[in-house]
Amino acid sequence: MNPFSSGTRLRDMIRAIRACKTAAEERAVVRKECASIRAAVSDNDNDYRHRNLAKLMFIHMLGYPTHFGQMECLKLIAAPGFPEKRIGYLGLMLLLDERQEVLMLVTNSLKQDLNHTNQYIVGLALCALGNISSAEMARDLAPEVERLLQFRDPNVRKKAALCSIRIIKKVPDLAENFVNPVASLLKEKHHGVLLTAIQLCADLCIVSEEALEYFRKKCTEGIVKILKDAVNSPYAPEYDISGISDPFLQIRLLRILRILGHGDADASDFMNDVLAQVATKTESNKNAGNAILYECVETIMSIEDSGGLRVLAINILGRFLSNRDNNIRYVALNMLMKAISVDGQAVQRHRATILECVKDSDASIRKRALELVYLLVNESNVKPLAKELIDYLVVSDQDFKGDLTAKICSIVEKLSPEKIWYIDQMLKVLCEAGNYVKDEVWHALIVVITNASNLHGYTVRSLYKAIQTSGDQEAVVRVAVWCIGEYGDLLVNNIGMLDIEEPITVTESDAIDAIEVAIMRHTSDLTTRAMCLMALLKLSSRFPSCSQRIKDIVTQSKGSLLLELQQRSIEFNSIIGKHQNLRSALVERMPVLDEATYSGRRAGSVPAAVSTSQGNTLNIPNGVVKIVDAPLVDLLDLGVDEPAPTNSSAANFLHDLLGGVDISSPSAQSGTMQPQKSGTDVLLDLLSSGSPLAQINTSTSDNKIPVSPLNSLSLSSPLPAATSSMMDLLDGFGPTPTPPAPKDNGPTYPPIVAFESASLRLMFNFSKQPGSPHITQIEANFTNKSSDVYTDFIFQAAVPKFLQLHLEPASSNTLNGNGSVTQKLRLTNNQHGKKSLVMRIRISYKLNNKDMLEEGQISNFPRDL
Amino acid sequence: MGIRFILMVNKQGQTRLAQYYEYLTLEERRALEGEIIRKCLARNEQQCSFVEHRNYKIVYRRYASLFFLVGVDNEENELAILEFIHLLVETMDRHFGNVCELDIMFHLEKAHFMLEEMVMNGCIVETSKTNILAPIQLMDKAS
Repeated sequence: MNPFSSGTRLRDMIRAIRACKTAAEERAVVRKECASIRAAVSDNDNDYRHRNLAKLMFIHMLGYPTHFGQMECLKLIAAPGFPEKRIGYLGLMLLLDERQEVLMLVTNSLKQDLNHTNQYIVGLALCALGNISSAEMARDLAPEVERLLQFRDPNVRKKAALCSIRIIKKVPDLAENFVNPVASLLKEKHHGVLLTAIQLCADLCIVSEEALEYFRKKCTEGIVKILKDAVNSPYAPEYDISGISDPFLQIRLLRILRILGHGDADASDFMNDVLAQVATKTESNKNAGNAILYECVETIMSIEDSGGLRVLAINILGRFLSNRDNNIRYVALNMLMKAISVDGQAVQRHRATILECVKDSDASIRKRALELVYLLVNESNVKPLAKELIDYLVVSDQDFKGDLTAKICSIVEKLSPEKIWYIDQMLKVLCEAGNYVKDEVWHALIVVITNASNLHGYTVRSLYKAIQTSGDQEAVVRVAVWCIGEYGDLLVNNIGMLDIEEPITVTESDAIDAIEVAIMRHTSDLTTRAMCLMALLKLSSRFPSCSQRIKDIVTQSKGSLLLELQQRSIEFNSIIGKHQNLRSALVERMPVLDEATYSGRRAGSVPAAVSTSQGNTLNIPNGVVKIVDAPLVDLLDLGVDEPAPTNSSAANFLHDLLGGVDISSPSAQSGTMQPQKSGTDVLLDLLSSGSPLAQINTSTSDNKIPVSPLNSLSLSSPLPAATSSMMDLLDGFGPTPTPPAPKDNGPTYPPIVAFESASLRLMFNFSKQPGSPHITQIEANFTNKSSDVYTDFIFQAAVPKFLQLHLEPASSNTLNGNGSVTQKLRLTNNQHGKKSLVMRIRISYKLNNKDMLEEGQISNFPRDL
Repeated sequence: MGIRFILMVNKQGQTRLAQYYEYLTLEERRALEGEIIRKCLARNEQQCSFVEHRNYKIVYRRYASLFFLVGVDNEENELAILEFIHLLVETMDRHFGNVCELDIMFHLEKAHFMLEEMVMNGCIVETSKTNILAPIQLMDKAS
């Protein structure tokens, strides 16, 4: 054999890899080696197959792909010699897994080796089968394994027993074949056989109810005796670990007793004595002894109650908990969590110690302790426990704050005895760790705040104070901004003072300062800034004297690079400047949010999936979009066949209510679509805020601006300023980029009567432009059925989010007796072909100076629109 | 199945032995090893030997420059696994004579053979050092 004929020796390769200074060098060495191994594989080199596979295993361990060596394993396994087989099987277990087809090819070799005369080869085959067997192989080779359970050498029997575990897990039907052989294995003395037989026994009990019954009846006594012998056995050096005889075996025995005793009083009764013996006699100054005690406690907790033992177990846990070794404390906390369902009172006694563990310097212990505390909290101790946790939050590590905050919030939400306490605690958490709070948490807080009408003033004042000191915590800023926007008047006038409060003096301009600080802060994100703008809009009506200043602040965002802010700024600016008459109605206080609805939604949602970012909304494939839409649809009462809202719906739901941000990544959309879409959303948001009628988008109402600045945004050329005369307006339609489609192009749709009441009829005429089937042009025709004159006529429409709606100005805002008005709509169906159009409408007008309102839902659109 | 994987890692964070008892892709393995090692290496002597990561509980123990990490499921007795690691080290010590990183690197297959005798499909098979080493010594004699 020439050692240079097939690359380097294994040892040299490892040296070369060790010598590598950088990952790039290592990759180069590995690439070179792999190339030479591939070459050897294709030459079908026999001499170095063994060594090449050893190299491949090393390379595999380093995390490089080695699939090309898989067939080499099979060749080695098929070789006659033991050394080849051994490395072949090792390669098989390391490089292959049960999912690969190649594995099927090995079944035959395995079968031969299971029947080999050499017990070591049988052992190899059993080991490989036990580690990687697939269901097919298990079925094929089960008879061989069954037979090997009675093999003369105990070292084969023990491997056959573990191999059987794999088989019954893969093919549970085969379980019954193994019950009897295991029962006889349990009578053996060899520790390895006992250890594995007990594990097989445990797995059989899990797979098969009959097996469990069988072992319970026939084997409990035997197993108890084995344990008794193990506990009382004289010194056996081979299995002794620090003075304890075979702790691994004892632990397995305790575990099978747990399975047998669980839910069966007789079996439990039978093992009481030996458990008491283990619990009292085992030395607890060594790790091995503690491992046994730990297992014993768990068994006592799981089997049927016999008071004396439980006391013993709880005492052991108490001892563990006060141990100085962190490992022991860790397992004690772990076990107390299980014990809590058995004996909550006993665990409560250790509350103070557990609370100390939450503050431990060790992250693992903190985590366990925190989870335990979470389980310990109930109505009676929630106040002191929450106080302790919140106090600790102040000084805790940064990386622990996330977990801790989530747990505190959950405790406070779940168990708060009164709203004021809840609000107080949440404020503390937000101030300390507002950046760690999930969105759903502060959304929930807002829901609670809106419901606590007697606390509005108190809350807004507390929040105002809070952001003075904790302005760097995003969540507290958001809640504060929202509350100042809603309840700004209560803030400045000290309305609704509680006895516990100290009066503070806040002027209107102070309140606006607070929001200005928030919107200017460079760390504020889009959501916060958008909320700030919303709050400013609301304050502009609450504090009329500051209106000009608010307008100035709002105007500053006009040039924002973030489209959402820019748009809000422009819209709000226009509302503040030009629409005073409807502003106060528009920014009325939010209606009380329904707690039940909200918590119901939350319950159905997966907290981890909740996120405020709706940035992906447009890019997500169909269906998901619909889910996101669902809450909004709900709010508008659109009776679409919607699925139960899940996942992110809760956040989005509130988000929309809060006038939240609908961020659609600007690059994803192009041209004029963007403003139109967002325009619609804002309209929806406004509608959903429950404020009385307001038409920004298409208003031709009583002021003299026929087309709001908004619309000029979305039109390619701004319309010339026109008077409200109908003719002029129609002229203005000239340059609009959407002429009705020619009749002979594309399918035509019959006009429908979309809505009809005693006084009004609304007809829809449809047309589509060829090449864009998802866009529907609608010409709405309103006919006055009476002879009276309707003035201030406003038509509004809302659609679910899979649709985009663009309303153009109506031809007039006055409907003469038996006259008509037309208005054009453009609907883009993002789910064209999957969902039909649906729309909710509101028509308002004045009849003899009396406000009239008609509402309806249009669902009789022709299909395929 | 209690044991999900066994890793031996040096204090630079390089894997020196990896044995998995459940299927993970190569990428998942690399990612998992990286995360676990980073977590464990950052901990000090006084802290407990258990780290929770993803669905695993990692029981680890440091011997000189080598970390032994065992990933187990939630049902496993952590203290027993700690004892098992010690048994593994003692077994290797008996074979290699004060085992070190290089022994495992250059005799990777032998280390695997020992592990094979001790753990199969995530369960402990044998705890007697003599029984574990018997087939390996037999092989050494034969070659």
